[in-house]
Amino acid sequence: MPPSDAAVAERPAVASTTPVINDFSIQVATVNGSGSQTANLVLLRSIFQMGVPVSGKNMFPSNIAGLPTWFTIRANKHGYVARKTEIDFLVALNPETAREDVLNLKRGAAVVYDEPLKLDALRDDLVFYPVPFDSLVGQMSRDVKLRRRVRNMIYDGVLSQLLGVQLEQMEVALRRQFGSKPKVVSINREALDVGFAFAEQHLEKRDPYGIEPMDENRGRILVDGNAAAAIGCLMAGVTVVAWYPITPSSSLCETLISYLRKYRVDKETGKATFAVVQAEDEIAALGMVIGSGWAGARSMTATSGPGVSLMGEFAGLGYYAEVPAVIFDIQRVGPSTGLPTRTAQGDVLSTAFLSHGDSRHPLLFPCSPEECYSMAINAFDLAERFQTPVFVMSDLDLGMNTWMSPTFEYPTKPIDRGKVLNKETLDRIGRFGRYRDVDGDGIPYRSIPGTDMPAYFCRGSGHNEWGQYSERADDYQKNVDRLTRKFETARNWMPAPIVEINRKARIGIIAYGTTHWAIIESRDQLAAEADLQTSYYRLRAYPFRSALASFIERHDRVYVVEQNRDAQMSTLMRLELRAELAGRLRSVLHYAGLPIDARSITEDVLIQEGYRVEHSEADGPLPHNAGVGGE
Amino acid sequence: MATATPPPKKIKLNRIGLELPVYRGGKTTLCAGCGHNAISERIIDACFAMGVDPTQVVKLSGIGCSSKSPAYFLGSSHGFNTVHGRMPSIGTGALLANKHLVAIGVSGDGDTGAIGIGQFVHLMRRNLPIVYIIEDNGCYGLTKGQFSPTADVGSTLKTGVVNDLPPIDTCALAVQLGATFVARSFSGDKKQLTAILKAALSHRGTAMVDVLSPCVTFNDHEGSTKSYAYVKSHDDPLEELDFVPFFEDITIDYEPGTTQEVTMHDGSRLYLRKLDESYNPTDKIQALRALYETHARGEFATGLIYVDPMADDFLTSLNLVDEPLATLPERRVRPPRSVLDEVMDDLR
Repeated sequence: MPPSDAAVAERPAVASTTPVINDFSIQVATVNGSGSQTANLVLLRSIFQMGVPVSGKNMFPSNIAGLPTWFTIRANKHGYVARKTEIDFLVALNPETAREDVLNLKRGAAVVYDEPLKLDALRDDLVFYPVPFDSLVGQMSRDVKLRRRVRNMIYDGVLSQLLGVQLEQMEVALRRQFGSKPKVVSINREALDVGFAFAEQHLEKRDPYGIEPMDENRGRILVDGNAAAAIGCLMAGVTVVAWYPITPSSSLCETLISYLRKYRVDKETGKATFAVVQAEDEIAALGMVIGSGWAGARSMTATSGPGVSLMGEFAGLGYYAEVPAVIFDIQRVGPSTGLPTRTAQGDVLSTAFLSHGDSRHPLLFPCSPEECYSMAINAFDLAERFQTPVFVMSDLDLGMNTWMSPTFEYPTKPIDRGKVLNKETLDRIGRFGRYRDVDGDGIPYRSIPGTDMPAYFCRGSGHNEWGQYSERADDYQKNVDRLTRKFETARNWMPAPIVEINRKARIGIIAYGTTHWAIIESRDQLAAEADLQTSYYRLRAYPFRSALASFIERHDRVYVVEQNRDAQMSTLMRLELRAELAGRLRSVLHYAGLPIDARSITEDVLIQEGYRVEHSEADGPLPHNAGVGGE
Repeated sequence: MATATPPPKKIKLNRIGLELPVYRGGKTTLCAGCGHNAISERIIDACFAMGVDPTQVVKLSGIGCSSKSPAYFLGSSHGFNTVHGRMPSIGTGALLANKHLVAIGVSGDGDTGAIGIGQFVHLMRRNLPIVYIIEDNGCYGLTKGQFSPTADVGSTLKTGVVNDLPPIDTCALAVQLGATFVARSFSGDKKQLTAILKAALSHRGTAMVDVLSPCVTFNDHEGSTKSYAYVKSHDDPLEELDFVPFFEDITIDYEPGTTQEVTMHDGSRLYLRKLDESYNPTDKIQALRALYETHARGEFATGLIYVDPMADDFLTSLNLVDEPLATLPERRVRPPRSVLDEVMDDLR
């Protein structure tokens, strides 16, 4: 719905008069535990169904109920899905944060608010839409529980009218959410109508923002990264899952369990082709994964930073005794308990070298749900091919937020179980030595307990190539040098980077994981606003490919953009790069706990490139009041 | 020159046609006289007698003197010497991968009672089918004799240091936590230990066997309550055990009221000749009372302390397919394209 020119004219303080279609962000500020997630997802999905590219970021406290939570929806016709720092449209329902939420808005923004909060007195350069939620809910029902639930759906109705989000799409989204509960659908639909009708009768459109149908979402799905990874595990043929609940990883295993129960129970016998154990802690979870990996299962666990720390000892055992394991690290903000419901890429260094002694682990860095899916499948194959723990480094932003994604491709390659000893191989190699480098690639053959192949004694203590206990210096060195060789072999089996060379560019950007989405937008900003051309190397795995050095070599300066304080990926690169190339690396770092945004990157790069930049309020509204009083 | 052919030696084979030496392992590197070596011998005897298939056995251990011992028995079986106190999770994983494996875990009193108490507790709760042996000497031998959590109050180190913290009774703990087979024995009691181990191998569920196994180097002095002499003189057997495996057709006659017969999950029978008129090892309360009372007297109750032979085990409760998960072919573990299509449609 186009904004009314007249309305804008009445409030000269509000700048924009041109309609802003499919390019703005909505923030809903509520209290957690109030059921607003449903209303937010219905809003997000409705916009998605209208064919408009959209993304949603939930900023929630580590708490069950009663603390502030913000949900940001960004609709963007260009397809930018990174977090946008500026909020264009605020729904202020949390009395505790409303004042600050409003004060942080940029000029010209619109605010739907709970009337008794009287927010319109705070500023005169915003568009205010008061809505008497309590009396609207009161018209609907006397049931207190029900009233609380539908309250949120009323703001969806109001937004539907103000922004032009089609009511029928909201109903479709509602049905998806509550399909099996017609009563719930109907009461929520009623709430939508109440909100819509109120807006129609009492609110005069005075902001420029609107949603109009597009056709950008054909063949797309809406999914969070954890669910995508779970689907990947399902298709990878996972057989053993051991886990311990921790935010933000829990939904990965929970979703996987529901898929396994649905699709991996033998139809004839009713028996499962998988085993799931909720372990007593993350140590036991990885112990079970390594125990089952040793005994031939395709096994996985999912956790976050604190869990990874606990898994350190077993990770070293997995590396040294050479046992496959897949570990998903859905990174959150550390150190220690840190900010358990905020996002970061802060486990890169500690995971790459997790455990004591000389340990190194392959890491995969998915940037999207699609990659959560494909890298999950890949991780199982790599873990078995290289007989070692493989970490999939997702993060809270990817794992728990809802993303648009192309549908996932069915695996094209058969499952790779790696070098499992069979009779044919045994005849070829003669005598079985568990840690013998028969093929020269550093990867030995392993036998599976309970089969008819020769046994070996697996141990974390020193061993020779025959798997026998040994404290001899030459045995030790030979073995760990072979492990290095194996790691070198792994380099070219890792997912290749996605490289975009701009021939005019003198500077390059390297990023990984969810940072990718802000990079796309930032590169466009750099080009459009400063005529600064960039090349881009999206890193997807450790150990790095040799292409990394060539990329850096092509450019005068290379910005490594990452979401941690200590430039962890850059540090990891410097360990391998020759000094001259390492000297070209610069860092753009973001560690506020919120998903990285394009504007922050653009400004940082411009400043480092010597441009004069007028600072925007990057990360304005949220960090200041976020989580006040939280645990 | 004529060569006389000697008559063939009569070699004793077990029920699956294997000789005893097949069940032996590498040469021990533990101290001469260490109780743990005697336990390894009993494991060899029991596995041979029961006709356990070595290719189906996984030997598991944590870290410490005890945990080295799986290298010294069943040399043709797979083994995993894991990390300190974490053998239960490795064992759990291995059995998830292949529910047909026969898991024999060896731990120590430090490996179980201190660093591994968390995993021990949850292993007992789960009733995973594993024989879990604690080689219990009340001290950390591999680090030169510090107290472990099973050391008694007042027991002394070689250096004269006195232990002033109460011991953890792993058997009482196991009973409380829901373990379904709890026994205690002494490494020097060949007959009792062998019978217990055979029964443990017949049990479907966690068989927790605490074996007092004196450390001849660091804890065999006067003042120690885990010395060979002390244990031998304070061993208080609850019953005399006779074990008849399921594949032997032997009946044992006994006077009514003198012997309790327990049928194990695999059909083997255990005859418990009562030394104490009232003792009934299927009664948890009695089991705990016997443990507390003997401990209060400064003695060790040995024998089968508690058993529930028909309880559901963890793997059964998971309702797994009959074949090992580890070796299921791709078509059984990777759903067809139609499943992915369905999942995608649900997300559209």
